[in-house]
Amino acid sequence: MSVIGKYFIFLGSLFSKGEKITVYWRRFMEECVGLGVNSIFIVAIVSTFIGAVSCIQTAYNLVSPIIPISTVALIVRDMEILELAPTITCIVLSGKVGSNIASELGTMRISEQIDALEVMGINSSSYLVLPKVLAAMFTFPMLVIMSAFLGILGGYMAGTLTGVITERDYMYGIRDSFVPYNIFFMLVKPFVFGFLIATISSFQGFYIKGGALEVGKASTQAVTNSCIAILIADFILAQMLL
Amino acid sequence: MIQIQDIKKAFGEKAVLKGVSSTFQKGQTNLIIGGSGTGKSVLMKTMIGLIKPDSGRVLYDGREFYESGAEVQQAIRREMGVLFQGGALFDSQTVEQNVRFPLDMLTNQPMDEKQDRVAACLKRVGLEGTGNRMPSEISGGMKKRVGIARAIVMNPMYLFCDEPNSGLDPLTAVKIDALIQEITEEYDITTVIITHDMNSVMEIGQNIVFLYQGDKLWEGGNEDIVRSTVPELREFLFANKLLREMEP
Repeated sequence: MSVIGKYFIFLGSLFSKGEKITVYWRRFMEECVGLGVNSIFIVAIVSTFIGAVSCIQTAYNLVSPIIPISTVALIVRDMEILELAPTITCIVLSGKVGSNIASELGTMRISEQIDALEVMGINSSSYLVLPKVLAAMFTFPMLVIMSAFLGILGGYMAGTLTGVITERDYMYGIRDSFVPYNIFFMLVKPFVFGFLIATISSFQGFYIKGGALEVGKASTQAVTNSCIAILIADFILAQMLL
Repeated sequence: MIQIQDIKKAFGEKAVLKGVSSTFQKGQTNLIIGGSGTGKSVLMKTMIGLIKPDSGRVLYDGREFYESGAEVQQAIRREMGVLFQGGALFDSQTVEQNVRFPLDMLTNQPMDEKQDRVAACLKRVGLEGTGNRMPSEISGGMKKRVGIARAIVMNPMYLFCDEPNSGLDPLTAVKIDALIQEITEEYDITTVIITHDMNSVMEIGQNIVFLYQGDKLWEGGNEDIVRSTVPELREFLFANKLLREMEP
């Protein structure tokens, strides 16, 4: 419980005493590149293959004369939009971005860089962490949009190249029974998950004590805790919004 | 002038500082010495506001640090320059950006003024022309110099150095000590140095505070220290076999 209390005090410190807005803007842009743009490649690879595998496996399990083959595309689309793009992408990002944040802040702590900021009278948590949190909440939804698109495209490529579904059936399926609200739901998730990944990972790294070994442990702990938080939040959001 | 009065600090059951008092005069290099684990770094951290003492007062030219409001505390912080043990340079920034950082964060000066000031500070520590290098590309001694340049860029009134010559070869260590002393006299600032380096003690120790197990056991200048009769201090000073043979 004390850790949870400390986490909420840490969150409060992000907003307590801010610096100049120009400083935050510059740091925000740097973090958008570091957390968002630098994650495009891994998200693209993972999403395309997950979409492809979803299509093949759905088609494999959906052998019935009464179910039209275009249903495969519909299922791929809804799986991508509702779960795979937002949740799996954010779990991948918790591994890449979460460990990066925790190790960066942990190294800054043990090499006294955070102390140097504090001594200058700078709110170190706000200066270092707030731009990361905002950048994650801003860039993760964009990555998820890209992920959903590439996932559906991956399904199309896998389905048509292997012959399990025709181009016409796939295009029909992804347009069939489309619910626009699902897009809103898809975008709420990375917004929340981005906040959780950035704050939990920052918290793990920010209060580190010790040396290189502890930095490694904090990185692992950041990824583990972020994944657990994502899964819990995923369930709560599904229950609340669907 | 910095005054510390009856500073006490414990971590759990372990009392690290047991009521340390002293006065560090302006224009002097004040050294806090002692063996490992005697509370030197904790004392410095209580002075610069990184660790709040359990009791006691820290006064900067009569201004109480911990009991004052946030504004006074912030004002005092802006008058401090701190050189950390490893330099504490920001890895993602160049040498120039590191030195300019306090100016970027704490002032509204135009960029050309800031660049002039950074160039002057880098020149003062003998590092002109290295502004574009990254911290990973420079030596340990150069990192300390960059740390000193960053510490003085805001024209501080108080300079704190945590083991400024640890990990350096003896020649570079002497140069760093000399640089700190020159800066102290040139800027007429109050300098407090944590060290256990005997060369520093003998070279630049105008006022020396000896800590032993969280207590101040001795205070005086470098001319008096070898004549001290405090057994713990003599043991510390003459730990080296060669020095023991020369012991008066």
